[in-house]
Amino acid sequence: MQKLLLLGDEAIAQGALDAGLSGIYAYPGTPSTEITEFVQNSKYAQEHHIHSTWSANEKTAMEAALGMSYTGKRAMVCMKHVGLNVAADSFINSAITGANGGLIVVAADDPSMHSSQNEQDSRVYGKFALVPILEPANQQEAYDMVRYGFDFSEKYHIPLLLRITTRMAHSRSGVEIRPPRVQNEIHVPEDLRQYVLLPAIAKKKYKNLLKDHSSFAEESDQSPFNFYINGADKSRGIVACGLTYNYLLENYPDRHVPHPIVKIGQYPLPRKMIEKLADECSEILVIEDGYPVIEELLKGYLGRGLKIRGRLDGILPRDGELNPNLVAVALGKPDTTGIPAPDLMVGRPPSLCNGCPHIDSYLGITEALNGFSKGRVFADIGCYTLGALKPYEAINSCVDMGASITMAKGAADAGLVPAVAVIGDSTFTHSGITGLLDAVNDKSPITVLILDNEITAMTGGQTSPGTGKLEDICKGIGVEEAHIRILKPLKKYHGENVRIMKEELDYHGVSVIIPRRECVVALDKRMREKFKNK
Amino acid sequence: MKKDIILAGVGGQGIISIAAIIGYAALEQGMYLKQSEIHGMSQRGGDVMSNLRISHDEIASDLIPFGQADMIISIEPLESLRYLPYLSPTGWVITNTQPFNNIPNYPDMDLIKAEIGKVPHHVALDADAAAKEAGSPKVANIVILGAASPFLGMAYEKLEDAIRFTFGKKGESVVALNLKALQAGRNFAAQYI
Ligand SMILES: Cc1ncc(C[n+]2csc(CCOP(=O)(O)OP(=O)(O)O)c2C)c(N)n1
Ligand code: SF4
Repeated sequence: MQKLLLLGDEAIAQGALDAGLSGIYAYPGTPSTEITEFVQNSKYAQEHHIHSTWSANEKTAMEAALGMSYTGKRAMVCMKHVGLNVAADSFINSAITGANGGLIVVAADDPSMHSSQNEQDSRVYGKFALVPILEPANQQEAYDMVRYGFDFSEKYHIPLLLRITTRMAHSRSGVEIRPPRVQNEIHVPEDLRQYVLLPAIAKKKYKNLLKDHSSFAEESDQSPFNFYINGADKSRGIVACGLTYNYLLENYPDRHVPHPIVKIGQYPLPRKMIEKLADECSEILVIEDGYPVIEELLKGYLGRGLKIRGRLDGILPRDGELNPNLVAVALGKPDTTGIPAPDLMVGRPPSLCNGCPHIDSYLGITEALNGFSKGRVFADIGCYTLGALKPYEAINSCVDMGASITMAKGAADAGLVPAVAVIGDSTFTHSGITGLLDAVNDKSPITVLILDNEITAMTGGQTSPGTGKLEDICKGIGVEEAHIRILKPLKKYHGENVRIMKEELDYHGVSVIIPRRECVVALDKRMREKFKNK
Repeated sequence: MKKDIILAGVGGQGIISIAAIIGYAALEQGMYLKQSEIHGMSQRGGDVMSNLRISHDEIASDLIPFGQADMIISIEPLESLRYLPYLSPTGWVITNTQPFNNIPNYPDMDLIKAEIGKVPHHVALDADAAAKEAGSPKVANIVILGAASPFLGMAYEKLEDAIRFTFGKKGESVVALNLKALQAGRNFAAQYI
C-alpha cells in the first residue's frame, strides 16, 4: 500500500477520487478550499472527466451535487462552515429527498476563528437535518471515511455530513491509500418522484427519514470510526469526538488512558457504547471541538442525571479550539508552559499587499465621502475587509457574503443617504446580485462599489465567476447604464476617480462603480507562469 | 527519537519549505510526521507558524503542547519570541536577527536581541546577510534550517538529500544555492555544538 503525506483536506479529496467520485462542487472558503483544488490539480481527475470547477456559491454547489447524485453518480460538495448557512435550504431538504448516487457534504469548521466571522459547529446542522455525520480524528480516517460515507449514502439513500475543523483540514500526515473504484453509471432514481417534495410526498419521505434515523444510531454502534476502550479507573468515563481523541492520548505518553473511553467519529451517537460508559462510570467528561453539542445532549435540560463534565461546566473553556494543554487540565494533570512571551511582543495583523488595487479604491471613496458624516460604508468579506484596519479605517461593516449591498439599502431606506456598499467581484456574484435587484426595484439611493480585482483573492486566487460579466449583470438587472462607472484604481487617476465617486454619491438612485485592476498577487503569479512556459 | 518543532515567521518567508524539507528527511528515515499549519488571513504579511512533529513512534496530537517544544525555528526575530510559551526548558531557539518590519509599532531591535539573549539555548544569526553571501536573499530560510541542523537529531546528509529532492525540479543551480545556504547556517551553528 502506498503512503502519502497529505493535508486533511487532501486526504478527503484523494479519498473521494479513489471512491469513484464523479464531481466535486464548491465555493472557496478557508479551511475547505484545498479539497477542491486537489481535485482540480489531479491528473487522475482530468483523465476521468471528474467535474471540479468552482460554483458561484455554496447553495448552487450543493444543488448541483444533489443533481449529480440524482443521476446515480457520486458527488461531493465542500464549504467552510458559514457556507452551510448559505446552502442550508437545499442541505436540509436533501435529507428529505435523500440521495441516489452517494452524496457527501463537507463542512469545515473554524474553532478559534483563525479566518472566519464565527465558530459555529456544523454538527448542529447535521442533527437538524437528521443526517449521519462523520468526524475524522486523523488524516487516515478522513481518507477512509469518504469511501465509507459514499457506501453508506447509497445504502440508505441519504446524504452524509463530513465535519472537519481547521486543525484537521490544515494538518499533514501519512495516509495509506486504496486502489481506485470505478465511477457509477448513470441510473436515475427508481422512484421518479423521490425528489418531488410536494407536501404529500414529503410527509411520507420525512417519516422514512425518521425511521432510518434509528438505523443510523445502530450503524454508529458498528462503525469502524467509533470504539469503546476499557479502562480500570471508572471514576470517570471519557467521550472524545474527532480530533480531540489525539489530545487525550497526547496526555498519556504510553498511550494508555486509565479511564474507559468512547471515541466518536460517526454520529448519531453510538447508543450502546454511550450507555455502557454511563453504566460503568460515575461521571463523564465530554471532549469536543466546537459547541458542547454532545455534552448538552448527554446532560439533558435539567442535568439531574449522571454528572457530565465539559465545556458547559467550565472544566474546558466554552469557546475556542481545544489543545493538549486544555485537555490536560480537564484530566486533572498539570499544565505545562514555557517562557512567557516578553512584554515587548506586539501583534502582526495581516494587511493589504503593497500595490493592492483595493488601497486606491479606499483612498478614493474615503476622500469622496469627506464632508458627509462618518459611518456610511457597508463592506463585505474578502481581502478588502482589511480596509477596516489602520491606516484606512474605511469601512463600517462586514457581516456575511453579500450583506454590504442589502445593509446599505436598509440604511438608505431609513434615510442614511448617501449609503455606500463595498463588495468584491466574487462576493458580488456569490450573494450580491439579488440584493442589487432589490435596490433597483426600490430605486434605493445607494452607491455600490464592486471592487473587481478579477479574482477570488482572499482564499488564494481562485477564478471569479463574474469576471468579464459584471457590467452586463448590473445592466441586466436594471441599473441605469449612465450610472455604471468603470474606474482604474491607480494613484495617477486618484483625482478623477474621486470626482466620479462624488458624482455618483450625489445621484439619488442606484449607482454602481467598478474599480477594475488585477490583484497584484494574481498578476505576479500569472507573469511567473507565463515566463516559465516560454 | 522525537522532535517537536515550532516554525515561525511572516507570511511568504518560507517556513512551509523548511517544514517540507525536514518532513521529507524524516519520512525517508521511516519516521512518523504530523505538521499543522495555519493558512488564510495570516498570509497577507501576518505572522505564520507551523507545528512540526517528527518521531520514530506514532504521534498523537497535531499540536505541540505548551512548554514541550524541542525547538523554535524562526526566520524573523520578533516572531521567535512570540512562541516562547511552547518551548521546553531544555529547548533551543534558532532565529534570524534580521527584522521583517511591516508594522508601525515594531519594537526596538536591541530589546528584541536582549530577549533572545535571555533564552538559555539560542542560536541567533543574520540569515539575510548569509543568504546574500551564498548567492540570493531568498534562501535565508535555508540558512536558518542549516543553523538548526545540529539540533534536529538527524544526519546532515539527510537534509542535503531532502534539499536535492525538494529543489531538484528547479535545476542544478538552485540545488547548489540551497546547499550552500544550508552549509552557511550549519557553519555558524558549529560553535554551539
Ligand atoms: C458563505 C461564505 N463563503 C465563503 C467565504 C470565504 N471567503 C471569504 S472572502 C472570499 C472571497 C472574496 O473574494 P472577492 O469578493 O473577489 O474579494 P477579494 O478577496 O478578491 O478582494 C471567500 C471565498 C465566506 N466568508 N463566507
Ligand atoms: S492578495 Fe490581491 S486583493 Fe488581496 S490584498 Fe493582496 S493584492 Fe490585494
